[in-house]
Amino acid sequence: MENLSILTHFDYTLMIVAVGAALLGTVSGALGSYAVLRRQSLLGDAISHAALPGIAIAFLLTGSKTPLILVLGAAIAGWLGTLLIMSIVRLTRIKYDSALAIVLSTFFGFGLVLHTLIQRTGNANQAGLDTFLFGQAATLLERDVLTIGILGGIALVVMLIFWKELKLLVFDEGFAASIGFPTRTLDILLTSLLVVAIVLGLQAVGAVLMSAMLVAPAVAARQWTDRLRLMVFLAACFGALAGVSGTIISSTASRIPTGPTIVLCATVVVGLSIAFAPNRGLIWDRIRQQRNRRNLKMETSRY
Amino acid sequence: MSYGTGNEWFPYYEQAFSEGSFSYRTGNELPYYEQVFSDSGVLGMQASEQKAIQVTDLTVAYQDKPVLWDIDLDVPPGVLLSIVGPNGAGKTTLIKAILGLVRPAAGNVLIYDKPYEAQRQIIGYVPQRGSVDWDFPTNVLDVVMMGCYGALGWIRRPGKKERELAMQALEKVGMEAYATRQISQLSGGQQQRVFLARALVQDATVYLMDEPFQGVDATTERAIVTLLQELRADGKTVVVVHHDLQTVTDYFDWVMLLNIRRIASGPVDEAFTSDNLRETYGGRLAFMK
Repeated sequence: MENLSILTHFDYTLMIVAVGAALLGTVSGALGSYAVLRRQSLLGDAISHAALPGIAIAFLLTGSKTPLILVLGAAIAGWLGTLLIMSIVRLTRIKYDSALAIVLSTFFGFGLVLHTLIQRTGNANQAGLDTFLFGQAATLLERDVLTIGILGGIALVVMLIFWKELKLLVFDEGFAASIGFPTRTLDILLTSLLVVAIVLGLQAVGAVLMSAMLVAPAVAARQWTDRLRLMVFLAACFGALAGVSGTIISSTASRIPTGPTIVLCATVVVGLSIAFAPNRGLIWDRIRQQRNRRNLKMETSRY
Repeated sequence: MSYGTGNEWFPYYEQAFSEGSFSYRTGNELPYYEQVFSDSGVLGMQASEQKAIQVTDLTVAYQDKPVLWDIDLDVPPGVLLSIVGPNGAGKTTLIKAILGLVRPAAGNVLIYDKPYEAQRQIIGYVPQRGSVDWDFPTNVLDVVMMGCYGALGWIRRPGKKERELAMQALEKVGMEAYATRQISQLSGGQQQRVFLARALVQDATVYLMDEPFQGVDATTERAIVTLLQELRADGKTVVVVHHDLQTVTDYFDWVMLLNIRRIASGPVDEAFTSDNLRETYGGRLAFMK
Protein backbone atom coordinates (compact mmCIF):
# COMPACT_ATOMS: atom_id res chain seq x y z
CA MET A 1 0.00 0.00 0.00
CA GLU A 2 2.67 2.47 1.02
CA ASN A 3 4.76 1.63 -2.00
CA LEU A 4 1.85 2.39 -4.23
CA SER A 5 1.26 5.84 -2.81
CA ILE A 6 4.93 6.65 -3.23
CA LEU A 7 4.63 5.68 -6.87
CA THR A 8 1.63 7.89 -7.55
CA HIS A 9 3.27 10.89 -5.90
CA PHE A 10 6.60 10.15 -7.48
CA ASP A 11 6.18 11.93 -10.78
CA TYR A 12 4.77 15.10 -9.30
CA THR A 13 7.43 15.38 -6.61
CA LEU A 14 10.13 14.66 -9.11
CA MET A 15 8.79 17.28 -11.46
CA ILE A 16 8.78 19.93 -8.72
CA VAL A 17 12.29 18.99 -7.73
CA ALA A 18 13.55 19.01 -11.31
CA VAL A 19 12.00 22.42 -12.04
CA GLY A 20 13.55 23.81 -8.86
CA ALA A 21 16.94 22.40 -9.72
CA ALA A 22 16.78 23.71 -13.27
CA LEU A 23 15.92 27.23 -12.09
CA LEU A 24 18.66 27.04 -9.53
CA GLY A 25 21.25 25.85 -12.02
CA THR A 26 20.27 28.56 -14.50
CA VAL A 27 20.59 31.39 -11.98
CA SER A 28 23.80 30.21 -10.35
CA GLY A 29 25.41 29.25 -13.65
CA ALA A 30 24.75 32.65 -15.23
CA LEU A 31 25.84 34.70 -12.23
CA GLY A 32 28.73 32.36 -11.48
CA SER A 33 30.26 33.39 -14.82
CA TYR A 34 30.98 36.81 -13.38
CA ALA A 35 32.50 35.36 -10.22
CA VAL A 36 34.81 33.13 -12.26
CA LEU A 37 35.85 35.95 -14.61
CA ARG A 38 36.58 38.19 -11.62
CA ARG A 39 38.68 35.45 -10.03
CA GLN A 40 36.25 35.39 -7.13
CA SER A 41 35.37 31.71 -7.31
CA LEU A 42 36.14 31.23 -3.64
CA LEU A 43 33.98 34.17 -2.61
CA GLY A 44 30.96 32.02 -3.43
CA ASP A 45 32.25 29.38 -1.04
CA ALA A 46 32.66 31.93 1.72
CA ILE A 47 29.18 33.37 1.14
CA SER A 48 27.46 29.99 1.21
CA HIS A 49 29.23 28.93 4.41
CA ALA A 50 28.61 32.30 6.01
CA ALA A 51 24.90 32.02 5.22
CA LEU A 52 24.40 29.00 7.50
CA PRO A 53 24.06 30.83 10.84
CA GLY A 54 21.56 33.16 9.17
CA ILE A 55 19.20 30.26 8.58
CA ALA A 56 19.47 29.12 12.19
CA ILE A 57 18.95 32.62 13.57
CA ALA A 58 16.00 33.26 11.28
CA PHE A 59 14.43 30.03 12.53
CA LEU A 60 15.18 30.81 16.19
CA LEU A 61 13.67 34.27 15.91
CA THR A 62 10.53 33.38 13.98
CA GLY A 63 10.08 29.67 14.64
CA SER A 64 8.99 29.34 11.05
CA LYS A 65 10.38 27.41 8.15
CA THR A 66 8.83 29.58 5.47
CA PRO A 67 11.40 29.56 2.67
CA LEU A 68 11.33 33.31 2.21
CA ILE A 69 12.20 33.93 5.87
CA LEU A 70 15.02 31.39 5.92
CA VAL A 71 16.36 32.70 2.62
CA LEU A 72 16.27 36.22 4.00
CA GLY A 73 18.22 35.16 7.09
CA ALA A 74 20.74 33.36 4.92
CA ALA A 75 21.09 36.34 2.63
CA ILE A 76 21.71 38.76 5.50
CA ALA A 77 24.33 36.49 7.05
CA GLY A 78 26.00 35.85 3.69
CA TRP A 79 26.01 39.56 3.05
CA LEU A 80 27.53 40.39 6.42
CA GLY A 81 30.19 37.77 5.80
CA THR A 82 31.10 39.34 2.46
CA LEU A 83 31.15 42.81 3.97
CA LEU A 84 33.40 41.55 6.74
CA ILE A 85 35.82 40.04 4.20
CA MET A 86 36.00 43.32 2.30
CA SER A 87 36.52 45.34 5.49
CA ILE A 88 39.25 43.01 6.75
CA VAL A 89 41.13 43.37 3.47
CA ARG A 90 40.74 47.15 3.46
CA LEU A 91 41.44 47.92 7.08
CA THR A 92 44.08 45.39 8.07
CA ARG A 93 47.17 43.91 6.50
CA ILE A 94 45.50 40.51 6.23
CA LYS A 95 45.38 39.29 2.62
CA TYR A 96 42.22 38.39 0.70
CA ASP A 97 42.62 34.60 0.86
CA SER A 98 43.23 34.64 4.62
CA ALA A 99 40.25 36.92 5.17
CA LEU A 100 38.10 34.50 3.16
CA ALA A 101 39.28 31.55 5.23
CA ILE A 102 38.75 33.33 8.54
CA VAL A 103 35.22 34.49 7.77
CA LEU A 104 34.22 31.23 6.12
CA SER A 105 35.25 29.02 9.02
CA THR A 106 34.07 31.35 11.76
CA PHE A 107 30.59 31.83 10.33
CA PHE A 108 30.30 28.17 9.41
CA GLY A 109 31.38 27.09 12.88
CA PHE A 110 28.87 29.44 14.44
CA GLY A 111 26.20 28.07 12.15
CA LEU A 112 26.97 24.49 13.15
CA VAL A 113 26.77 25.38 16.85
CA LEU A 114 23.38 27.04 16.36
CA HIS A 115 22.03 24.12 14.36
CA THR A 116 23.13 21.65 17.03
CA LEU A 117 21.44 23.78 19.68
CA ILE A 118 18.22 23.84 17.68
CA GLN A 119 18.29 20.07 17.30
CA ARG A 120 18.75 19.66 21.07
CA THR A 121 15.65 21.68 21.82
CA GLY A 122 13.63 18.91 20.23
CA ASN A 123 11.34 21.38 18.53
CA ALA A 124 9.21 19.22 16.26
CA ASN A 125 9.27 21.92 13.62
CA GLN A 126 13.04 21.86 13.32
CA ALA A 127 13.27 18.71 11.27
CA GLY A 128 14.86 19.48 7.93
CA LEU A 129 17.08 22.36 8.96
CA ASP A 130 20.12 20.13 8.62
CA THR A 131 19.41 19.70 4.93
CA PHE A 132 21.00 23.10 4.50
CA LEU A 133 24.38 21.49 5.15
CA PHE A 134 24.59 19.03 2.27
CA GLY A 135 21.30 19.78 0.57
CA GLN A 136 18.31 17.54 0.06
CA ALA A 137 16.54 18.39 -3.14
CA ALA A 138 13.79 15.90 -2.34
CA THR A 139 12.62 18.29 0.37
CA LEU A 140 11.88 21.00 -2.20
CA LEU A 141 8.20 21.92 -2.12
CA GLU A 142 6.16 23.99 -4.49
CA ARG A 143 6.59 27.11 -2.37
CA ASP A 144 10.38 26.63 -2.38
CA VAL A 145 10.45 26.36 -6.14
CA LEU A 146 8.26 29.45 -6.39
CA THR A 147 10.69 31.36 -4.17
CA ILE A 148 13.63 30.22 -6.28
CA GLY A 149 11.82 31.18 -9.49
CA ILE A 150 10.79 34.66 -8.39
CA LEU A 151 13.98 35.75 -6.63
CA GLY A 152 16.23 34.06 -9.18
CA GLY A 153 14.26 35.64 -12.00
CA ILE A 154 14.68 39.07 -10.44
CA ALA A 155 18.43 38.49 -10.09
CA LEU A 156 18.73 37.49 -13.75
CA VAL A 157 16.69 40.48 -14.93
CA VAL A 158 18.89 42.84 -12.90
CA MET A 159 21.95 41.18 -14.43
CA LEU A 160 20.55 41.74 -17.93
CA ILE A 161 19.59 45.35 -17.24
CA PHE A 162 23.09 46.23 -16.03
CA TRP A 163 24.82 43.95 -18.54
CA LYS A 164 27.03 46.66 -20.02
CA GLU A 165 28.01 48.09 -16.65
CA LEU A 166 28.80 44.71 -15.10
CA LYS A 167 30.84 43.64 -18.12
CA LEU A 168 32.89 46.82 -17.93
CA LEU A 169 33.36 46.39 -14.17
CA VAL A 170 34.66 42.87 -14.57
CA PHE A 171 36.90 43.63 -17.55
CA ASP A 172 38.40 46.99 -16.60
CA GLU A 173 37.41 48.46 -13.25
CA GLY A 174 39.82 51.40 -13.47
CA PHE A 175 38.46 52.50 -16.83
CA ALA A 176 34.89 52.10 -15.57
CA ALA A 177 35.67 54.44 -12.68
CA SER A 178 37.41 56.93 -14.96
CA ILE A 179 34.28 57.39 -17.10
CA GLY A 180 32.13 57.92 -14.05
CA PHE A 181 30.53 54.59 -13.17
CA PRO A 182 30.43 54.07 -9.38
CA THR A 183 32.49 50.89 -9.30
CA ARG A 184 31.99 50.40 -5.57
CA THR A 185 28.21 50.37 -6.00
CA LEU A 186 28.45 48.07 -9.01
CA ASP A 187 30.71 45.77 -7.02
CA ILE A 188 28.13 45.62 -4.25
CA LEU A 189 25.38 45.00 -6.82
CA LEU A 190 27.26 42.10 -8.36
CA THR A 191 28.08 40.61 -4.98
CA SER A 192 24.44 40.94 -3.93
CA LEU A 193 23.35 39.04 -7.04
CA LEU A 194 25.82 36.30 -6.12
CA VAL A 195 24.41 36.22 -2.59
CA VAL A 196 20.91 35.76 -4.00
CA ALA A 197 22.02 32.91 -6.27
CA ILE A 198 23.79 31.20 -3.39
CA VAL A 199 21.10 31.40 -0.71
CA LEU A 200 18.50 30.14 -3.17
CA GLY A 201 20.55 27.00 -3.63
CA LEU A 202 21.21 26.27 0.02
CA GLN A 203 18.23 23.99 0.61
CA ALA A 204 18.74 21.90 -2.48
CA VAL A 205 22.52 21.85 -2.75
CA GLY A 206 23.69 22.76 0.74
CA ALA A 207 26.16 25.27 2.11
CA VAL A 208 29.17 23.03 1.80
CA LEU A 209 29.09 22.51 -1.95
CA MET A 210 26.98 25.39 -3.26
CA SER A 211 30.01 27.19 -4.70
CA ALA A 212 30.40 24.34 -7.19
CA MET A 213 27.10 25.41 -8.75
CA LEU A 214 28.62 28.84 -9.37
CA VAL A 215 32.04 27.80 -10.54
CA ALA A 216 31.70 24.53 -12.46
CA PRO A 217 29.15 25.60 -15.11
CA ALA A 218 31.06 28.83 -15.77
CA VAL A 219 34.40 27.06 -16.12
CA ALA A 220 32.85 24.54 -18.50
CA ALA A 221 31.13 27.28 -20.53
CA ARG A 222 34.33 29.29 -20.89
CA GLN A 223 35.87 26.31 -22.71
CA TRP A 224 33.34 26.47 -25.53
CA THR A 225 33.15 30.17 -26.35
CA ASP A 226 35.00 33.46 -26.48
CA ARG A 227 31.91 35.64 -26.15
CA LEU A 228 30.62 36.73 -22.78
CA ARG A 229 27.00 36.56 -23.87
CA LEU A 230 27.35 32.97 -25.03
CA MET A 231 29.40 32.04 -21.99
CA VAL A 232 26.71 33.25 -19.60
CA PHE A 233 24.04 31.47 -21.64
CA LEU A 234 25.97 28.21 -21.79
CA ALA A 235 26.82 28.39 -18.09
CA ALA A 236 23.12 28.78 -17.34
CA CYS A 237 22.36 25.70 -19.49
CA PHE A 238 25.15 23.63 -17.95
CA GLY A 239 24.01 24.70 -14.49
CA ALA A 240 20.46 23.61 -15.26
CA LEU A 241 21.72 20.33 -16.70
CA ALA A 242 23.90 19.53 -13.70
CA GLY A 243 21.17 20.66 -11.31
CA VAL A 244 18.45 18.54 -12.88
CA SER A 245 20.53 15.40 -13.34
CA GLY A 246 22.03 15.69 -9.86
CA THR A 247 18.73 16.23 -8.09
CA ILE A 248 16.93 13.50 -10.01
CA ILE A 249 19.65 10.96 -9.25
CA SER A 250 19.72 11.95 -5.59
CA SER A 251 15.97 11.97 -5.11
CA THR A 252 15.37 8.63 -6.82
CA ALA A 253 18.12 6.81 -4.98
CA SER A 254 17.17 6.95 -1.34
CA ARG A 255 18.72 9.60 0.84
CA ILE A 256 21.79 10.52 -1.15
CA PRO A 257 22.44 14.17 -0.34
CA THR A 258 21.89 16.33 -3.43
CA GLY A 259 24.90 18.63 -3.11
CA PRO A 260 27.50 15.93 -3.72
CA THR A 261 25.45 14.38 -6.54
CA ILE A 262 25.12 17.69 -8.36
CA VAL A 263 28.81 18.36 -7.93
CA LEU A 264 29.61 15.01 -9.49
CA CYS A 265 27.30 15.76 -12.43
CA ALA A 266 28.84 19.20 -12.87
CA THR A 267 32.29 17.64 -12.75
CA VAL A 268 31.38 15.39 -15.66
CA VAL A 269 30.35 18.46 -17.68
CA VAL A 270 33.56 20.26 -16.75
CA GLY A 271 35.67 17.21 -17.58
CA LEU A 272 34.07 16.76 -20.99
CA SER A 273 34.45 20.46 -21.72
CA ILE A 274 38.11 20.56 -20.76
CA ALA A 275 38.79 17.51 -22.90
CA PHE A 276 36.68 18.03 -26.00
CA ALA A 277 35.96 21.75 -26.45
CA PRO A 278 37.35 23.19 -29.69
CA ASN A 279 40.27 25.63 -29.40
CA ARG A 280 40.60 25.48 -25.64
CA GLY A 281 40.14 21.76 -25.18
CA LEU A 282 43.04 19.42 -24.44
CA ILE A 283 42.44 17.06 -27.34
CA TRP A 284 42.07 19.88 -29.83
CA ASP A 285 45.27 21.36 -28.46
CA ARG A 286 47.13 18.11 -28.93
CA ILE A 287 45.91 17.69 -32.50
CA ARG A 288 46.93 21.23 -33.36
CA GLN A 289 50.38 20.73 -31.85
CA GLN A 290 50.96 17.61 -33.89
CA ARG A 291 49.77 19.22 -37.07
CA ASN A 292 52.05 22.19 -36.52
CA ARG A 293 54.99 19.92 -35.85
CA ARG A 294 54.31 17.89 -38.98
CA ASN A 295 53.99 21.02 -41.11
CA LEU A 296 57.21 22.46 -39.74
CA LYS A 297 59.03 19.20 -40.38
CA MET A 298 57.83 19.14 -43.96
CA GLU A 299 58.77 22.72 -44.62
CA THR A 300 62.23 22.49 -43.13
CA SER A 301 63.12 19.19 -44.80
CA ARG A 302 62.30 20.54 -48.21
CA TYR A 303 65.53 22.51 -48.38
CA MET B 1 8.99 77.43 1.46
CA SER B 2 6.04 76.99 -0.77
CA TYR B 3 5.55 76.66 -4.48
CA GLY B 4 1.80 77.22 -4.35
CA THR B 5 0.16 74.63 -6.51
CA GLY B 6 3.52 73.17 -7.25
CA ASN B 7 3.11 73.70 -10.94
CA GLU B 8 4.09 77.28 -11.50
CA TRP B 9 7.81 76.74 -11.23
CA PHE B 10 7.77 73.95 -13.70
CA PRO B 11 7.53 76.07 -16.89
CA TYR B 12 10.66 77.96 -15.82
CA TYR B 13 12.45 74.75 -15.47
CA GLU B 14 11.48 73.64 -18.93
CA GLN B 15 12.29 76.99 -20.39
CA ALA B 16 15.72 76.93 -18.86
CA PHE B 17 16.30 73.60 -20.45
CA SER B 18 15.22 74.61 -23.91
CA GLU B 19 17.32 77.76 -23.76
CA GLY B 20 20.31 75.73 -22.93
CA SER B 21 21.23 77.49 -19.72
CA PHE B 22 21.31 74.08 -18.02
CA SER B 23 23.30 72.71 -20.91
CA TYR B 24 25.09 69.51 -20.28
CA ARG B 25 28.32 69.12 -22.20
CA THR B 26 27.82 66.67 -24.99
CA GLY B 27 31.44 66.73 -26.03
CA ASN B 28 30.61 68.14 -29.45
CA GLU B 29 30.77 71.81 -28.63
CA LEU B 30 34.23 73.15 -28.06
CA PRO B 31 34.87 75.65 -25.30
CA TYR B 32 36.21 78.93 -26.55
CA TYR B 33 39.78 78.38 -25.42
CA GLU B 34 40.04 75.26 -27.47
CA GLN B 35 38.84 77.04 -30.56
CA VAL B 36 41.49 79.66 -29.96
CA PHE B 37 44.15 77.02 -29.80
CA SER B 38 43.16 74.81 -32.64
CA ASP B 39 42.89 77.85 -34.87
CA SER B 40 46.09 79.58 -33.98
CA GLY B 41 48.23 76.73 -32.76
CA VAL B 42 49.94 79.18 -30.43
CA LEU B 43 51.10 77.57 -27.23
CA GLY B 44 52.71 80.37 -25.31
CA MET B 45 50.43 83.30 -24.74
CA GLN B 46 47.01 82.12 -23.65
CA ALA B 47 48.62 79.11 -22.00
CA SER B 48 49.50 81.21 -19.00
CA GLU B 49 45.80 81.89 -18.43
CA GLN B 50 44.08 78.65 -19.24
CA LYS B 51 45.38 75.35 -17.91
CA ALA B 52 44.29 72.02 -19.31
CA ILE B 53 45.38 70.34 -16.11
CA GLN B 54 46.21 72.12 -12.89
CA VAL B 55 47.53 70.08 -9.98
CA THR B 56 48.01 71.95 -6.72
CA ASP B 57 49.78 70.75 -3.56
CA LEU B 58 48.84 67.14 -4.32
CA THR B 59 49.92 64.57 -1.74
CA VAL B 60 48.99 60.91 -1.92
CA ALA B 61 49.91 58.35 0.71
CA TYR B 62 49.37 54.61 1.01
CA GLN B 63 49.09 53.77 4.71
CA ASP B 64 51.61 56.28 6.10
CA LYS B 65 54.07 56.18 3.22
CA PRO B 66 53.89 59.17 0.86
CA VAL B 67 53.78 58.16 -2.80
CA LEU B 68 53.40 61.68 -4.08
CA TRP B 69 54.52 64.67 -2.07
CA ASP B 70 53.25 68.19 -2.58
CA ILE B 71 53.01 68.03 -6.36
CA ASP B 72 52.32 71.16 -8.36
CA LEU B 73 51.84 70.77 -12.08
CA ASP B 74 50.40 73.08 -14.71
CA VAL B 75 49.79 71.62 -18.12
CA PRO B 76 48.86 74.14 -20.80
CA PRO B 77 46.40 73.03 -23.48
CA GLY B 78 47.71 71.44 -26.64
CA VAL B 79 50.96 69.99 -25.36
CA LEU B 80 52.33 66.47 -25.49
CA LEU B 81 53.73 65.92 -22.02
CA SER B 82 55.70 62.94 -20.76
CA ILE B 83 56.01 62.06 -17.12
CA VAL B 84 59.32 60.36 -16.44
CA GLY B 85 60.93 59.06 -13.28
CA PRO B 86 62.35 55.89 -11.74
CA ASN B 87 60.25 52.91 -10.68
CA GLY B 88 58.13 53.76 -7.67
CA ALA B 89 58.30 57.46 -8.43
CA GLY B 90 54.51 57.70 -8.37
CA LYS B 91 53.89 58.21 -12.10
CA THR B 92 50.90 55.89 -12.29
CA THR B 93 49.59 57.24 -8.99
CA LEU B 94 49.75 60.78 -10.34
CA ILE B 95 47.69 59.77 -13.40
CA LYS B 96 45.20 57.99 -11.16
CA ALA B 97 44.99 60.94 -8.80
CA ILE B 98 44.28 63.28 -11.72
CA LEU B 99 41.52 60.86 -12.79
CA GLY B 100 40.10 60.74 -9.28
CA LEU B 101 40.79 57.00 -9.01
CA VAL B 102 43.05 57.54 -6.01
CA ARG B 103 41.94 59.71 -3.13
CA PRO B 104 44.61 62.29 -2.32
CA ALA B 105 45.59 63.06 1.27
CA ALA B 106 45.81 66.71 0.33
CA GLY B 107 45.68 69.04 -2.63
CA ASN B 108 43.42 69.25 -5.63
CA VAL B 109 43.21 68.77 -9.36
CA LEU B 110 41.43 70.94 -11.89
CA ILE B 111 40.76 70.10 -15.53
CA TYR B 112 40.05 73.29 -17.47
CA ASP B 113 39.27 75.05 -14.18
CA LYS B 114 36.74 72.50 -13.01
CA PRO B 115 37.02 69.42 -10.83
CA TYR B 116 37.36 66.10 -12.56
CA GLU B 117 33.78 64.99 -11.91
CA ALA B 118 32.47 67.88 -13.98
CA GLN B 119 34.85 67.19 -16.87
CA ARG B 120 34.66 63.43 -17.32
CA GLN B 121 33.25 63.80 -20.81
CA ILE B 122 36.38 65.51 -22.09
CA ILE B 123 38.93 63.13 -20.58
CA GLY B 124 40.26 59.97 -22.19
CA TYR B 125 42.17 57.34 -20.25
CA VAL B 126 44.50 54.60 -21.39
CA PRO B 127 45.31 52.33 -18.44
CA GLN B 128 48.37 50.12 -18.30
CA ARG B 129 47.98 47.21 -20.66
CA GLY B 130 48.74 44.74 -17.86
CA SER B 131 45.90 46.03 -15.67
CA VAL B 132 43.27 43.84 -17.34
CA ASP B 133 42.81 40.15 -18.04
CA TRP B 134 43.28 39.73 -21.79
CA ASP B 135 41.71 36.28 -21.60
CA PHE B 136 38.35 37.93 -20.93
CA PRO B 137 35.76 36.48 -23.35
CA THR B 138 35.26 39.37 -25.73
CA ASN B 139 36.55 40.68 -29.06
CA VAL B 140 38.44 43.75 -30.20
CA LEU B 141 35.44 45.74 -31.43
CA ASP B 142 33.64 45.19 -28.15
CA VAL B 143 36.55 46.53 -26.10
CA VAL B 144 36.88 49.59 -28.33
CA MET B 145 33.16 50.28 -28.00
CA MET B 146 33.63 50.53 -24.25
CA GLY B 147 35.00 53.98 -25.04
CA CYS B 148 31.37 55.00 -25.74
CA TYR B 149 30.02 53.76 -22.41
CA GLY B 150 30.64 57.08 -20.66
CA ALA B 151 28.65 59.01 -23.26
CA LEU B 152 25.95 56.34 -23.33
CA GLY B 153 25.41 56.50 -19.58
CA TRP B 154 23.46 53.91 -17.64
CA ILE B 155 21.75 50.93 -19.24
CA ARG B 156 21.71 52.16 -22.86
CA ARG B 157 23.53 49.69 -25.09
CA PRO B 158 25.95 50.59 -27.86
CA GLY B 159 24.31 50.50 -31.29
CA LYS B 160 25.17 51.10 -34.91
CA LYS B 161 26.58 54.56 -34.31
CA GLU B 162 28.92 53.33 -31.60
CA ARG B 163 29.99 50.45 -33.82
CA GLU B 164 30.94 52.89 -36.57
CA LEU B 165 32.87 55.11 -34.17
CA ALA B 166 34.75 52.08 -32.94
CA MET B 167 35.59 50.95 -36.49
CA GLN B 168 36.88 54.44 -37.32
CA ALA B 169 39.09 54.38 -34.23
CA LEU B 170 40.38 50.94 -35.17
CA GLU B 171 41.26 52.24 -38.62
CA LYS B 172 43.23 55.09 -37.06
CA VAL B 173 45.38 52.61 -35.13
CA GLY B 174 45.63 50.24 -38.09
CA MET B 175 43.64 47.46 -36.45
CA GLU B 176 40.44 47.39 -38.51
CA ALA B 177 41.24 43.89 -39.76
CA TYR B 178 41.21 42.63 -36.16
CA ALA B 179 37.74 43.87 -35.20
CA THR B 180 36.26 40.43 -34.61
CA ARG B 181 39.44 38.93 -33.18
CA GLN B 182 39.28 37.47 -29.68
CA ILE B 183 41.42 39.73 -27.49
CA SER B 184 43.54 36.90 -26.07
CA GLN B 185 44.97 36.36 -29.56
CA LEU B 186 46.54 39.83 -29.71
CA SER B 187 50.22 40.60 -29.32
CA GLY B 188 51.33 43.17 -26.75
CA GLY B 189 51.54 45.91 -29.36
CA GLN B 190 48.10 45.09 -30.70
CA GLN B 191 46.62 45.14 -27.20
CA GLN B 192 48.08 48.60 -26.75
CA ARG B 193 46.56 49.79 -30.02
CA VAL B 194 43.18 48.46 -28.97
CA PHE B 195 43.39 50.46 -25.74
CA LEU B 196 44.38 53.56 -27.72
CA ALA B 197 41.45 53.03 -30.08
CA ARG B 198 39.12 52.82 -27.09
CA ALA B 199 40.46 56.16 -25.86
CA LEU B 200 40.02 57.69 -29.34
CA VAL B 201 36.37 56.66 -29.26
CA GLN B 202 36.01 58.73 -26.10
CA ASP B 203 36.73 61.75 -28.33
CA ALA B 204 38.34 63.56 -25.42
CA THR B 205 40.11 66.90 -25.12
CA VAL B 206 42.57 65.73 -22.48
CA TYR B 207 44.21 62.30 -22.70
CA LEU B 208 45.98 60.51 -19.87
CA MET B 209 47.99 57.44 -20.89
CA ASP B 210 49.82 55.06 -18.61
CA GLU B 211 52.87 53.61 -20.37
CA PRO B 212 51.45 53.20 -23.87
CA PHE B 213 54.93 52.27 -25.13
CA GLN B 214 55.47 49.44 -22.70
CA GLY B 215 56.48 46.23 -24.43
CA VAL B 216 55.64 47.27 -27.99
CA ASP B 217 57.89 46.76 -31.01
CA ALA B 218 59.51 49.56 -33.01
CA THR B 219 56.76 49.67 -35.66
CA THR B 220 53.99 50.02 -33.09
CA GLU B 221 55.99 52.59 -31.16
CA ARG B 222 56.33 54.65 -34.34
CA ALA B 223 52.60 54.32 -35.04
CA ILE B 224 51.69 55.37 -31.50
CA VAL B 225 53.99 58.41 -31.61
CA THR B 226 52.42 59.51 -34.89
CA LEU B 227 49.01 59.13 -33.35
CA LEU B 228 49.96 61.16 -30.25
CA GLN B 229 51.35 63.93 -32.44
CA GLU B 230 48.16 63.96 -34.49
CA LEU B 231 46.17 64.37 -31.30
CA ARG B 232 48.33 67.30 -30.31
CA ALA B 233 47.94 68.84 -33.78
CA ASP B 234 44.17 68.65 -33.20
CA GLY B 235 44.64 70.79 -30.10
CA LYS B 236 44.29 67.95 -27.59
CA THR B 237 46.38 67.75 -24.47
CA VAL B 238 48.15 64.43 -24.03
CA VAL B 239 49.88 63.29 -20.84
CA VAL B 240 51.93 60.12 -21.15
CA VAL B 241 53.77 58.10 -18.53
CA HIS B 242 57.02 57.24 -20.26
CA HIS B 243 60.03 55.09 -19.47
CA ASP B 244 62.54 55.58 -22.25
CA LEU B 245 64.64 58.68 -21.55
CA GLN B 246 66.38 58.42 -24.95
CA THR B 247 63.19 59.27 -26.83
CA VAL B 248 61.77 62.04 -24.64
CA THR B 249 63.31 64.82 -26.74
CA ASP B 250 62.14 63.27 -30.01
CA TYR B 251 58.57 62.44 -29.03
CA PHE B 252 57.44 65.10 -26.58
CA ASP B 253 57.42 68.87 -26.28
CA TRP B 254 56.84 69.00 -22.54
CA VAL B 255 58.24 66.87 -19.76
CA MET B 256 57.73 66.38 -16.04
CA LEU B 257 60.46 64.78 -13.98
CA LEU B 258 58.98 63.01 -11.00
CA ASN B 259 60.34 61.15 -8.04
CA ILE B 260 57.74 61.34 -5.27
CA ARG B 261 58.28 65.11 -5.56
CA ARG B 262 58.17 67.09 -8.72
CA ILE B 263 61.77 67.69 -9.72
CA ALA B 264 60.99 69.81 -12.76
CA SER B 265 58.36 70.41 -15.39
CA GLY B 266 58.15 72.53 -18.49
CA PRO B 267 59.14 72.53 -22.14
CA VAL B 268 61.60 69.73 -22.88
CA ASP B 269 64.51 72.03 -23.74
CA GLU B 270 64.14 73.81 -20.38
CA ALA B 271 63.25 71.03 -17.99
CA PHE B 272 65.00 68.00 -19.46
CA THR B 273 68.50 68.92 -18.26
CA SER B 274 71.17 66.55 -17.02
CA ASP B 275 71.10 68.28 -13.61
CA ASN B 276 67.38 67.62 -13.27
CA LEU B 277 67.78 64.07 -14.48
CA ARG B 278 70.53 63.40 -11.98
CA GLU B 279 68.32 64.74 -9.22
CA THR B 280 65.43 62.55 -10.39
CA TYR B 281 67.36 59.35 -10.78
CA GLY B 282 69.94 59.92 -8.05
CA GLY B 283 73.03 59.90 -10.28
CA ARG B 284 72.37 56.44 -11.72
CA LEU B 285 72.42 57.66 -15.28
CA ALA B 286 75.76 56.66 -16.70
CA PHE B 287 74.28 55.98 -20.12
CA MET B 288 72.99 59.51 -20.64
CA LYS B 289 76.54 61.04 -21.19
